[in-house]
Amino acid sequence: MPDLLTAKFAEWKERSQAVKTWSVRAARLMIGVPDYDTYVRHRQENHPGLPIMTYEEFFAERQEARYAVGKGRFRGCC
Amino acid sequence: MSALSWNGNGLQTKLLWGAIATLGAVALGIVALSRGETVNAAWLVIAAVCIYFVAYRYYALFIASKVLGVDPKRPTPAVRHNDGLDYVPTNEYVLFGHHFAAIAGAGPLVGPVLAAQMGYLPGTLWILAGVVLAGAVQDMTVLFLSTRRDGRSLGDMVRSEMGPVASTIAGIGILLICIIILAVLALVVVQALNGSPWGTFTVFCTVPIALIMGVYGRYIRRGRVAEMSLIGFVLLMAALIYGQTVSQTPALAAYFNLSGPSLALIIIGYGFVASVLPVWLLLAPRDYLSTFMKIGVVTLLALAIIIVRPDLQMPALTKFVDGTGPVWAGSLFPFLFITIACGSVSGWHALIASGTTPKMIENEKQLPFIGYGAMLMESFVAIMAMVAACVLHPGVYFAMNTSAGLIGTTAAQAAQAVSNMGFVVTPDQLTQVAHDVGEITILSRTGGAPTLAVGMSQILSGLFGGQALTAIWYHFAILFEALFILTTVDAGTRVLRFMIQELVGNAIPAFKETKSWTNNIIGSAVACVLWGYILYQGVIDPYGGIWTMWPLFGTSNQMLAAIALVLCTVVLFKMKHEKFAWVTILPATWLVLCTVTAGLEKVFDPDPAIGFIAHARHLSSAIAAGQVLVPARSLGEMSRLVFNDYLDATLAALFAAVVVSMVVYGIISIRKALGAPKATAIEIEFAGAAAVGGSRA
Repeated sequence: MPDLLTAKFAEWKERSQAVKTWSVRAARLMIGVPDYDTYVRHRQENHPGLPIMTYEEFFAERQEARYAVGKGRFRGCC
Repeated sequence: MSALSWNGNGLQTKLLWGAIATLGAVALGIVALSRGETVNAAWLVIAAVCIYFVAYRYYALFIASKVLGVDPKRPTPAVRHNDGLDYVPTNEYVLFGHHFAAIAGAGPLVGPVLAAQMGYLPGTLWILAGVVLAGAVQDMTVLFLSTRRDGRSLGDMVRSEMGPVASTIAGIGILLICIIILAVLALVVVQALNGSPWGTFTVFCTVPIALIMGVYGRYIRRGRVAEMSLIGFVLLMAALIYGQTVSQTPALAAYFNLSGPSLALIIIGYGFVASVLPVWLLLAPRDYLSTFMKIGVVTLLALAIIIVRPDLQMPALTKFVDGTGPVWAGSLFPFLFITIACGSVSGWHALIASGTTPKMIENEKQLPFIGYGAMLMESFVAIMAMVAACVLHPGVYFAMNTSAGLIGTTAAQAAQAVSNMGFVVTPDQLTQVAHDVGEITILSRTGGAPTLAVGMSQILSGLFGGQALTAIWYHFAILFEALFILTTVDAGTRVLRFMIQELVGNAIPAFKETKSWTNNIIGSAVACVLWGYILYQGVIDPYGGIWTMWPLFGTSNQMLAAIALVLCTVVLFKMKHEKFAWVTILPATWLVLCTVTAGLEKVFDPDPAIGFIAHARHLSSAIAAGQVLVPARSLGEMSRLVFNDYLDATLAALFAAVVVSMVVYGIISIRKALGAPKATAIEIEFAGAAAVGGSRA
């Protein structure tokens, strides 16, 4: 019985962890910042040896891009 | 639970959907048929939610699989161009959040509040029917088209599918809607803050707070969004609470008790500064605060409505369905369908659905969940706004939303005038509401935002804090609305500047350079003057601005939706899916009917309350006779009204002309497509995907 409980607890913990991860990602993407780890993995897998931005550089780049005049990014009205 | 796996066919599933449909039908029946007794808001919410589920399960999935023919095996732009930045395959729930945050704004909150003058029923039915058959269909189809075309913008797609002339016409339409949207939204803020020291103080505080956040996120802890947002939120709440002290201290209140025209000038100046400053300093941090607050407040309001379950005091139908209402002019058709744009169908979304979202779709099978689903969510926000407006006493509602020219400036005059409309209310009731929300007066607070705030404060104080916190909740709601409207104004001014630079750049190529400071300043100034002029005219309009301008805004927004749906229809024909083209022809026809009728009525209707030209003539003849007509106060004011009437008539005529010419170009393209032996839609080739994939870093 305690085994079952521990297993349930572990499962519940894992799930709430997942919800948290996804919520944080969603919140970041809402303000135009995609997942940094995904970016790093993409660079490592597809462009090995090429420079990878630090999180700070990545953030600044995304912030600039979100409001870049010239890309026709429309948001929120309506 | 992936988006397309909803269609189980077991007996249990069938029973479940049957139950949902029945519950929805019963709830809708209660909402629609009850007369004379108050209806609980819960029925409205249940009816809406059941309809959304059934529509998603049966209509959205049908459109996705049969009409559009989404192909889960086809690589999306996110997969082919994956760069970890713009093009990223993204989890569907995360992307849903992103897309919803991008489409949700002030529109669905304001439109239903204004539409409530006809009672809760007409607006509610249009919100539900509109979203299911028009709005969500448009959003999903445009998202699909853009996903099949590397995330190209609406204007680009019109160019490639319908030719350069159609694209130029659509471009003019988009430019006009941008100007009108910024002016009208800024007007909503001005009307909400006019003569309200508490609200004005709190909203002004958002500027230094954003600057602090900006510096923190740039130099102290770079890129720590959660930390800077938390700091911003705490400071904002402090400002909100201190605002009460400000409003109660006459010496301080005097600084923030501003008139409409001064507020308008401040907002225009602010819009200019915000669009010229580097984004990290002011625009981005405000955007973060307003985005998170928007999501938070929408969730909070949904919870509060479900828990508090307030009764709707507004009748199902008021006598103003005949078009004599004081909030906005015009009869049910076409003006109700113009007044509620966002929440039912919003052309603006076509711009967003062809923006960043299509570049992040992981798989085409997620299109209905993100495109159709997020729009259903937005529609739910509109339903909540309708609930918030209708929990108010109708007398209070009309006292708040009728201009001072019609109901006077004292509680006694207003109570008399509103009671004469048939909504009996006492002066005490009106002053009591003002006192409860911590304002000097609530009379003629047109624009929708204050009404929504009073409604929200009643609902939210029912959930938490009771009477004691009503005033705080009211100003919290005002702050929340002003915050994200002003963010739209900042961001919109930048977009407008870019469009002006593109347009003028065709004649003077040097003006296209977006990095030049001279261009930047000139472009921003021109953008601010364009919307600022309309805003200022709205603020000094003796009718209260909203009465005149909201229909114009609605027409422009529906015009854009008509353009988008014409494009969708053309592409369906070009894909040789014409068997199903009724899916977009139906809403396109309805929107063309509404916008063209509204545009023509606004220009030519002989009734001066509706037709701009008739109104101008009416005023001109009075000027010739040396008379000053209420609500104008001087002959000078009268001539200004005449000029604005002609300006507004020109805009309305332009909108109608844009719609009609798009329909003509649409028909030409459809005839061509029907004559072609095979599909002619210009999509990114499936087979060529691998070759394209390698070309981007």
